[in-house]
Formats: sequence, structure tokens, C-alpha cells
Amino acid sequence: MQLSLRGISQTFGTQRVLDEIGLEISDFHALVVIGPSGGGKSTLLRILAGLLVPDRGEMEINGRPVVFSEERLREYRRNLGTVFQSFNLFPHLTALENVTLPLEKVHGYGRKEAVAHAREVLARFRLEEHAFKRPGELSGGQQQRVAIARAVAVKPRFLLMDEPTSALDPEMTSEVLEVIETLRAEGRDLILVTHHMGFARHIGDHCVFLADGRIRASGPPGDLFLHPSDPLLQRFLSRVLRY
Amino acid sequence: MKTLLLSLFFTRPTRWGETIPPSARIASGSAVFLSLALLFYFAFSRLEYGWGWSAVFAYREKFLRGWLTTVAISTAALVLSLAVGLAAALARRSGFLPARYLARLFTETLRGTPLLVQILVFFYVVADAFGVGNRYVVGTLTLSLFAGAYIGEILRAGIENVSESQWDSARAVGLTPSQIYRYIVFPQVVRRSLPPLAGQFASLIKDSSLLSVIAVSEFTLSAQEVNAYTFSTLESYLPLALGYLVLTLPISLWSRTLEKRFHYAT
Repeated sequence: MQLSLRGISQTFGTQRVLDEIGLEISDFHALVVIGPSGGGKSTLLRILAGLLVPDRGEMEINGRPVVFSEERLREYRRNLGTVFQSFNLFPHLTALENVTLPLEKVHGYGRKEAVAHAREVLARFRLEEHAFKRPGELSGGQQQRVAIARAVAVKPRFLLMDEPTSALDPEMTSEVLEVIETLRAEGRDLILVTHHMGFARHIGDHCVFLADGRIRASGPPGDLFLHPSDPLLQRFLSRVLRY
Repeated sequence: MKTLLLSLFFTRPTRWGETIPPSARIASGSAVFLSLALLFYFAFSRLEYGWGWSAVFAYREKFLRGWLTTVAISTAALVLSLAVGLAAALARRSGFLPARYLARLFTETLRGTPLLVQILVFFYVVADAFGVGNRYVVGTLTLSLFAGAYIGEILRAGIENVSESQWDSARAVGLTPSQIYRYIVFPQVVRRSLPPLAGQFASLIKDSSLLSVIAVSEFTLSAQEVNAYTFSTLESYLPLALGYLVLTLPISLWSRTLEKRFHYAT
């Protein structure tokens, strides 16, 4: 896929969270965004997900400009699969209903079709036995897998994930990372914010380092990790890779 | 012996919650019941009062009619107050400022003034000015507005308790704002607000007794009238207490079970 950002800026109160973000990447399948907390990663992802309108700037995805009006953004969001850090699922609905709701209400599936398709997707993520459980009865890792299943079920143009494992323990983390890896292997395009450097390097074909609201480095993960030229990135890597 | 006694009257919460054995339930429950019964038996036995149930019993149909009127008014007010409350809650969140301020003024005024005054003002001033003379209609409407102010706050709290992340997720999957309210927000609000709503409905039933001041012949007015005819005060008012309890107790028990049922982790 192709992504181009021009002059994207976002201020919250007096704090400039994103400062003239410019990015041109063509022909990638997995873009990984890394950087320190508070560096603007989540804000950038919310803009990419069409959930937040930036103060300024332009965005173009796969050659199509994104129009920042609520009506058009809703249309845009329909064709994405977004997964947040946690609390993605609707607690009053079962896993199955969480997947069927968007299919029925947003994508015009009939009830039967939606259920059949959702069960198929849940089965693919080895979640069929949990189909009738509410989120409260699922482990954190299972919840995130259901959230990913819900995102994938609508056949999105690409997936957006904001630190999908940051609220999970190591075992559940690998269970979710495995799923993401499978999606990548299937050739699904995705944009992922993560703090697992090893995973970032393994899965990404392009990596962006975001700190202080600016893109400090951008390129293939191998280059970025092995030959960091930006001093902030050097310091960030030496910190996160120390232990 | 000592531990047996202790086990009948004390319970200690464990990590898995509380389980009270039937023996302790029966022993502690009857201890409370018996001591209260004793207290009231003593109080009533000291009373030098000539009981005259037969005079009141002759008016049993009047009681029944009053009770049914109370049930009818309460039911109508219950439905209407939900609509009023919902409108108030949504208006409080509206982007249209006059609606928001109107809802705030409405809520604060109706919650801050006595229902008795509201009933008198609405019936003798407002309804009169608009030529509405039916006291049952005016009474039910006043009661609905009054309860609606409280219900509005219950619902507003419920809506605000649906976390930001739920809105994000709902928007992310492409639902429209009205779909988000319908499929995501309201189902959660209803589950969480049912216990306080049930309490509010119990209050509403009791509050309907104040409509007696504008001569709506509901349950309380019937009792007052029977008292005036027979001079049997306690015989008129004790059935009144019982008649309200029959309505409010099931609601209160029902809200307890609801609380348990919807107690799932979020």
C-alpha cells in the first residue's frame, strides 16, 4: 500500500503533539511505528484511523486523499480494521455478537450471513469455543484476538493496531503477536504501533520512529535498528534494547 | 456452644464472597423479626384504643378503587417519566446550548422544590391558565415531570459511565452516532441503571400519594376519606401502608436480582 502525509499537525491545549508530520512511503505491506511514550504515536494512529481530525495537514492513502469531514471519515473508517490497546469489545455483547454487529449494521449483511461469516472468522482464530462468551469471561489475549477477528471480518483495506499487546502479560502477548504474524503472512496490509522491537523488526517492511511529535527516522527496520543516525533514536534503542 | 451461637449470628466474608448457612439465616432473621414484633406489640398494647375494623371494612371497595387508581397513575407516570428522563438526559448532552440549559434548569428546579408545591402550582396555576381541568391528567403529568428529573440524572450518569474507549471502538467500526446510542450506549446504560431506576419507581408510587391534595381519589385520599367517615384512624391508615408495600416490595426485590444479574465485569 501507499501512504503520504503532508504537514499533519495536532495540538492539545498548549501541547503540540504532532508537528508538521511529513511522510511518503509507497509500496509497503507492514508499517511499524515506534517511539517513546508521549511521542505522538497514538495520536498519529487515531488520525490514520479517521477518529481524529488533525488541526492541519493532508493525508493520502493508496492514491486517494482522505477528506476530513465526519461524513466522509465514517465512510473511510468502515473500510478499515482498527484495534486499540484494550477495551475494544462491547462488554454487553458476546464475542460472536461483537463480530456480527458491524457486519449487520454497517456492512449490510443479513443476520444469517453475518453469523455464518463471523463463526468462520472466529474459527480461523481458534475462538469458536468462545463465541458465546462475553468479554468479561475471556482472557485479555482472547479479547484482543476477538477484536482482531472483528477487524478482519469486514474485509478491511488495511489494519491499524495501536499497541495491541501493551495491556497483556508475556504469554498472551505472544498469542496475539502470532495472530498478527499470520495476518501479515496472508498478505494483509497493516500499520502497527508497537514497543516490541524484535517483533517490529521481524514483521515490518517499513519503520518510522516518532519522538517529540516529529518523525526522526524512517526506513527499512533493519537499517533503522542497525545504523541509527538520529541521536534520539540511538538513545531510544539503547534504552529499550538494554534489558 | 459458644461457637454455635456465634455461627448463628455472625458471618465473615471470605475471598469467595459470603455464604450464609440456612441455620444462621433462620436464627438471625427470626431474632430481628421477633424483637421488632415485640416492640410494636408493646407499643400497641399500651395504646388505649377502641379498634373498629368493621366500620372500615365496610369501605373495602373504596380502598380497592383507590388502590387501583394509584396503580394506574403510577404506571402511566412510570412510562411518561422514562420519556421525560431520557429527553432530559439527552438534552443535557446536546450541542444545542438552549436545550442543555433548559434541561439543567428543569432538573435543578424539580429536584430542588417539594413535590407538594409543584402539584399545587401545576394544577392551580399552569393547568388552569391553559384550561386543563382534568386533575388526573395534570397529576400524572406533574408526577412524571418530577420523577423524570431524577430519572434524567440516573440515565445521564449511566451514559457518562460508558467509557470513551467504547465510543472509539464503536466509531472505529463505522457505526453512526444514532447507531452507537442504540446498539452500544443504551443497552449498557439500561443494564447499569436498572437498579437505581427500580428504586426511583418505588419512590414514584409512594409520591403519588401527594396527589391527594388536588383531590385525585387515589389510595391515600381514599384512606383519608374513610378516616373522616369512620373516625377509625389506624384502621384506615394501616391498610394504606400495606397497600403501598405490596407495590414497592416486589420492585425492590426485583432490583436486587437485577443488580446481581448484571454484575458482570466490564
